[in-house]
Amino acid sequence: MSAEPVSTPAAPARPTGRFGDAGRRVAASIIAVLLALACGAILIALWGVNPVSAYGALLNGAFGNLNSIAETLLRAIPLTCTGLAVAFAFRAGTFNIGAEGQLMFGGAAAAAVGLALPHLPPLLLIPSMMGSAMIAGALWSLLPGVLKLRFGANELITTIMLNYVAIHFISFLLYGPMQESAGYLAQTDRLDRATTLPQLIERTRLHIGFLIVLGVVALSHFALWHTSWGYKLRVVGLNARVALNSGMAVTALTVSAFLVSGALAGLAGYMEVVGVQRRMIEGLSPGFGYTGIIVALLGGTSPLGVLAAAILFAALQVGATTMETAEGVPSTLATIIQGLVVLFVIGRGTIDLALRRRGSA
Amino acid sequence: MPSPAAAPMPALALSGVTVRFGTFTANDRIDFSVGSGEVHALLGENGAGKTTLMRVVAGLLKPQDGTIAINGTPVTLNSPLDAAALGIGMVHQHFMLVPPLSVAQNAALGLPRVGRFFPDMRRVRADLAEISERYGLEVDPDAIVGDLTVAGQQRVEIVKALYRGARIFVLDEPTAVLAPKEVEGLFRVLRMLAEAGTAMVFISHKLNEVMEISNRVSVLRQGKLVATRATAETSGAELARLMIGSDFELPHVSDTVPQDAPVRLEARSLAYRDERGVPRLDGLDLSVRRGEIVGIAGVDGNGQQELAEVLTGLRQPQSGTLMIDGTDVTGSDPARRIGLGLAHVPEDRQRTGIVDLSIAENAVLETIDRPPASRRGILSHSAIRAFAETLIADYDVRCTGPRQPITTLSGGNQQKVILGRALSRDPGVIVAVQPTRGLDVGATAFVHRQLLEQRRRGAAIVLVSTELDEVLALSDRVLVIYAGRIVGELPRNQIALDRLSALMTGQAAA
Ligand SMILES: Nc1ncnc2c1ncn2[C@@H]1O[C@H](COP(=O)(O)OP(=O)(O)OP(=O)(O)O)[C@@H](O)[C@H]1O
Ligand SMILES: [Mg+2]
Repeated sequence: MSAEPVSTPAAPARPTGRFGDAGRRVAASIIAVLLALACGAILIALWGVNPVSAYGALLNGAFGNLNSIAETLLRAIPLTCTGLAVAFAFRAGTFNIGAEGQLMFGGAAAAAVGLALPHLPPLLLIPSMMGSAMIAGALWSLLPGVLKLRFGANELITTIMLNYVAIHFISFLLYGPMQESAGYLAQTDRLDRATTLPQLIERTRLHIGFLIVLGVVALSHFALWHTSWGYKLRVVGLNARVALNSGMAVTALTVSAFLVSGALAGLAGYMEVVGVQRRMIEGLSPGFGYTGIIVALLGGTSPLGVLAAAILFAALQVGATTMETAEGVPSTLATIIQGLVVLFVIGRGTIDLALRRRGSA
Repeated sequence: MPSPAAAPMPALALSGVTVRFGTFTANDRIDFSVGSGEVHALLGENGAGKTTLMRVVAGLLKPQDGTIAINGTPVTLNSPLDAAALGIGMVHQHFMLVPPLSVAQNAALGLPRVGRFFPDMRRVRADLAEISERYGLEVDPDAIVGDLTVAGQQRVEIVKALYRGARIFVLDEPTAVLAPKEVEGLFRVLRMLAEAGTAMVFISHKLNEVMEISNRVSVLRQGKLVATRATAETSGAELARLMIGSDFELPHVSDTVPQDAPVRLEARSLAYRDERGVPRLDGLDLSVRRGEIVGIAGVDGNGQQELAEVLTGLRQPQSGTLMIDGTDVTGSDPARRIGLGLAHVPEDRQRTGIVDLSIAENAVLETIDRPPASRRGILSHSAIRAFAETLIADYDVRCTGPRQPITTLSGGNQQKVILGRALSRDPGVIVAVQPTRGLDVGATAFVHRQLLEQRRRGAAIVLVSTELDEVLALSDRVLVIYAGRIVGELPRNQIALDRLSALMTGQAAA
């Protein structure tokens, strides 16, 4: 039995990394989710449905058969990307609320390249679409980065504002220069078969983009914990003054975090365009950029945690449809449950504290 | 008021208190008491367990074993609120105040009787004014805590504890951050509190302070209580022996620097104004030769910190030039200067020196981009750990290993990590600000030896310290800083104390 502070001292509750008491933090996250589900159960019961069968339907819808598993993982692809995007920004001590807009630019860039160069061999075409999506997302995120470093503009505000700029600018493109030849809807022409990613599981929509994302998660983990760049990023995020005093190029590191963050959000746009819609559309993202914030927080801003949290949120979203059709629980209730997860994740520090207290009792 | 010796029930009594962190025992069956009206000093090396014991008293830690009694009644302290309710107030080594809030808001924070939702701030302000009046503690209830000096913040901590009705006071190294004048002021307050029957635990590394203010002294060594003595019946020498278990002597400079040694650090006409336009450095000149220690003596707040930060590149001066080994570094960032061999031991180690990661990760902050810490951008965790283990051994850092979060180290041991990190690079120029603040006598001697060793190796050292003894023992030359200027220079063997203090207080022209 080891002694633990009965109450936390003034130190901010921030991720301290692999050497911290990570196990307890993971436990706190899981408890936060369970508490949210418990509150959700009360709401479902008030609605007049048996919570057990409702959650059963939700689980069934998310993981019940091969197809539902595939749908859940398909949904986890963009959420993992945006979750990682936000996590990298957090690690560097900045907030990227702009993943939504960066995602839109990524999607538009991917579609533009795919439509412009349909005759490239797939081995060239696929990487160039992916690359241009990431570059577009990165460039769009550079804007708030420069505004912050040059003028001290708070990125919390600029990134969120630039989302609207991005969304409306993309709408302009989709009604204008990029509009489909038929000329009805705000969307591009359908992409050529050559641009699509091969299926991962037969007769489902899950494509090998999921494997790519797993690779990105592994790479992110490696970058954060095993490279000097990731180390310096974390130091800047924890205490920029210490970083400066230790001779780190704080400005360049912050810019690099914005770029990586934007590139990851752009990748989410690519995955949606190529893997789901097969074209760029208005409203490509039902808030993946914002859900990414919650995914990043729930995942403790660590890449592996983000992956787990993304799958959880994907399951909640995918399973909600089944819960609605099978049990008559409105899918808005599932949205409320997601909101509850947010609340409990924010209050997770209290759970952490309670766990510590039990540890010392 | 009964005299302390005659008090039948001690105000606070600990018996058999044991605190373990994992397998490490920080407090081993400690018996300790303090009577009302008594000042009981607690001495011990860095990491001996003083702060840990007091965190138990303040309800911040639950001991694995042992009992706590207040006025003879056994109590259980589950939280700092329990402790406060029983009249225990703590002035922490690292203050526990909310900087953006006012003094009154800090004092009232979380206090139910002020009103939970609509606190009656007018009454709080009046009460605080009354308290500060009664004890001669200069505190403005409306001041923003973040704007106050360290000494001012400390007064706020004391007033806050008094406002919350503290009858038992724990002061953890209150004098470490104070100038000698301010220490006198603090002692006046403590004496007044003692007269009013307050029980006090006083932690300090400075034996003369302990001898002056305390009634009894207890000495901790490696988690164990080795002795409790009446202050009148002991001596500084005996206490030092009890603390480290042997005799020791503080080293000092003896040889001289050849006058033709090359200048390694040169600053000319440095001028720096802070964000509010107040001049902090006002045409300051400084040059340090190879193998020379230049001491900067002065009363705190006369530009020492600004000087150090301008030298290291954390701030950029508005005018003046700066050279390291003949290279102009005016306007360059800290990275460039570190590359040229500059090392910084910052004054404010919590804010500038360490980051909330493991000891190992803190040990390589400045060298992360070079082998062995990393190769081609890839970290070598084993090399980092090995380096940290060497540092821990060389600098005698008391810890459980390189993976321990540095924030859980005792203050003195954090300082050893910072020093080890800076000195292990074999720097050419060292800017050391208050390098022994918060260190015990043994560790202080160790740091002094390290600085002298660096001097022998050929480093140019700027030693900024408000400890006159330290400056006098180590410096080849002493420069006196006052209001952002060097107002006098005294070679080592020609230092008259009265002249020095006249210069420091601005009462003599150079
Ligand atoms: N949360 C913790 N986890 C692990 N070890 C700890 C923790 N807190 C303190 N320690 C260890 O307990 C020992 C005693 O620390 P403490 O802070 O009580 O020393 P101290 O006597 O106050 O020293 P100083 O004079 O340097 O302030 C140290 O070795 C420290 O590393
Ligand atoms: Mg201490």
